[in-house]
Amino acid sequence: MWQFFHKLGSPKWFFGISARFMPWLLAGGILLLMAGVVWGLAFAPKDYLQGNSYRIIFIHVPTAFMAQSVYIMMASAAVVTLVWRMKLADVFVKAVAPVGLVLTFLALFTGAVWGKPTWGTWWIWDARLTSMLILLFLYGGVIALDRAINDEKSAARAVAVLVLVGVVNIPIIKYSVDWWNTLHQPATFKLTEKPSMPAEMWVPLLLSVLGLYLIFGWLACVRMQTEILCREQRTRWVKEFVMKGRV
Amino acid sequence: MNAEARPTVRFASSNVGALAAMKGVFARDMKVAFRQRQDLLNPLLFFIMVVSLFPLGVSPEVSFLREAGAGILWVAALLSVLLSLDHLFRHDFDDGTLEQLVLQPQPLFLLVLAKTTAHWMLTGLPLVILTPVLGVMVHLDGNSIAVLCLTLLIGTPVLSLIGAIGAALTLGLRSAGVLLSLLIIPLYIPVLIFGTGTVAAAGDGAAVGAYLALMGAFLMLALTLAPFAAAAALKISLSNG
Amino acid sequence: MAFDSFSAFIAMEGHGPYVWACYAVFFVLMVVMMAGSVRSRAAIIESCRRGYEFQADKGKVASAPASSASFARVNVSQD
Repeated sequence: MWQFFHKLGSPKWFFGISARFMPWLLAGGILLLMAGVVWGLAFAPKDYLQGNSYRIIFIHVPTAFMAQSVYIMMASAAVVTLVWRMKLADVFVKAVAPVGLVLTFLALFTGAVWGKPTWGTWWIWDARLTSMLILLFLYGGVIALDRAINDEKSAARAVAVLVLVGVVNIPIIKYSVDWWNTLHQPATFKLTEKPSMPAEMWVPLLLSVLGLYLIFGWLACVRMQTEILCREQRTRWVKEFVMKGRV
Repeated sequence: MNAEARPTVRFASSNVGALAAMKGVFARDMKVAFRQRQDLLNPLLFFIMVVSLFPLGVSPEVSFLREAGAGILWVAALLSVLLSLDHLFRHDFDDGTLEQLVLQPQPLFLLVLAKTTAHWMLTGLPLVILTPVLGVMVHLDGNSIAVLCLTLLIGTPVLSLIGAIGAALTLGLRSAGVLLSLLIIPLYIPVLIFGTGTVAAAGDGAAVGAYLALMGAFLMLALTLAPFAAAAALKISLSNG
Repeated sequence: MAFDSFSAFIAMEGHGPYVWACYAVFFVLMVVMMAGSVRSRAAIIESCRRGYEFQADKGKVASAPASSASFARVNVSQD
């Protein structure tokens, strides 16, 4: 068990194992996402309340869900960085933070565009949109701090502290934004919560969530490999990989 | 900066208790601050100027100011605290005092707590004292001003505590000031929401006890967690150099 | 199929622009991010390779004069 744990921390081991998984992640991800999107766009029945604009849900919910889970994953990795100082953990945080930023932006953008036909306005200070906006700020802060510190090790640990402080704050922010929202807007139309969603709607939604999850896995692998190559340039195994094309 | 202006920390032996060490750090920070009064005045001037921008920039009408006043004052106070945070560890970092603090046998988070308390006494508290005057200028009624002062009294320590984490993380970096704001502003949002929300509730004639208790809970949470995070961040920033 | 014709599918009863704008931005950004990640990995591999080749060349250049120098010294001593 401990041997496995140590192996997990070894960049070389990760490099080898991820290369084996990546094609499957990418193929599976694209396949599932496409299936979910095509099903959702063309075959799912239209919503009796919102009409066809609800079809944005098949990318809005996956991006919003991923935006939040990526932050949680980063927080778990931050704990590992601070407690065990595992190299791979801070490689992960550094590699996926920009992906989280893009996903959060996409969730906000699709939410705003969805708001236009549903609420009649692009932006509404809805609790969900506002929380997502704050999440975008948090991602921005993490990336900015990482860029600002030159020393790799202290950058990793400082970012880990920031991510953890952020993750403690996320429930508080969520709660306070909900409270603030009820204070200012007594009744808003809920975007995604349906009393009961028929299977023709939630199955494609599930497919696209899973697909985006796999694509995220692939992206994380590619970006972690890039970061590892950058950091381990002077090691022998990287030299062998670069010159011979395999680990 | 001459040596006279920056007294050294006088608790350099390990047999000084943690409480005495905290007292020493606190007293020293107060002394340093009062030798450089301009640094004390700057956030307050900034506070007043930001507040006076709103009537000039938006509308001087009584109805607008009465509705937005609490929010304006809260945002201005938040920005002033943010502005002053850069000084929290900066001077001590530059002259090496901070390294000595980290090397003390007393737990670092207690010393950070002492420094943060001093910071709050020097920025947050004067802001609260200044608030009634500015509250009258934006036409808040007496009850609202009282509640606003209470929320600021509970809220500004939270701002200082959370800010200490950001100040510690950005210590010694280029353009630390802007970065500090980027990191910290999202974390300030809950305090801002509840601070202004409490005043709004008071304006509607609702009981504010529960809101204030909730803000007190924020303060307790920040008080227990933030010094640890700030101390960890300080150690990281110092190992950076 | 939830739509009668292809044009109905594109129009989405007036909601087409919103839906298609969302999907377009989503796919463009995803593809840009994925391609960018792959390209930056390729770039780092390439820069590593160049670095190693440069080192190898320098090694050759450095070893050549060293041997000739020793020969030269031998010649001098023979004089």
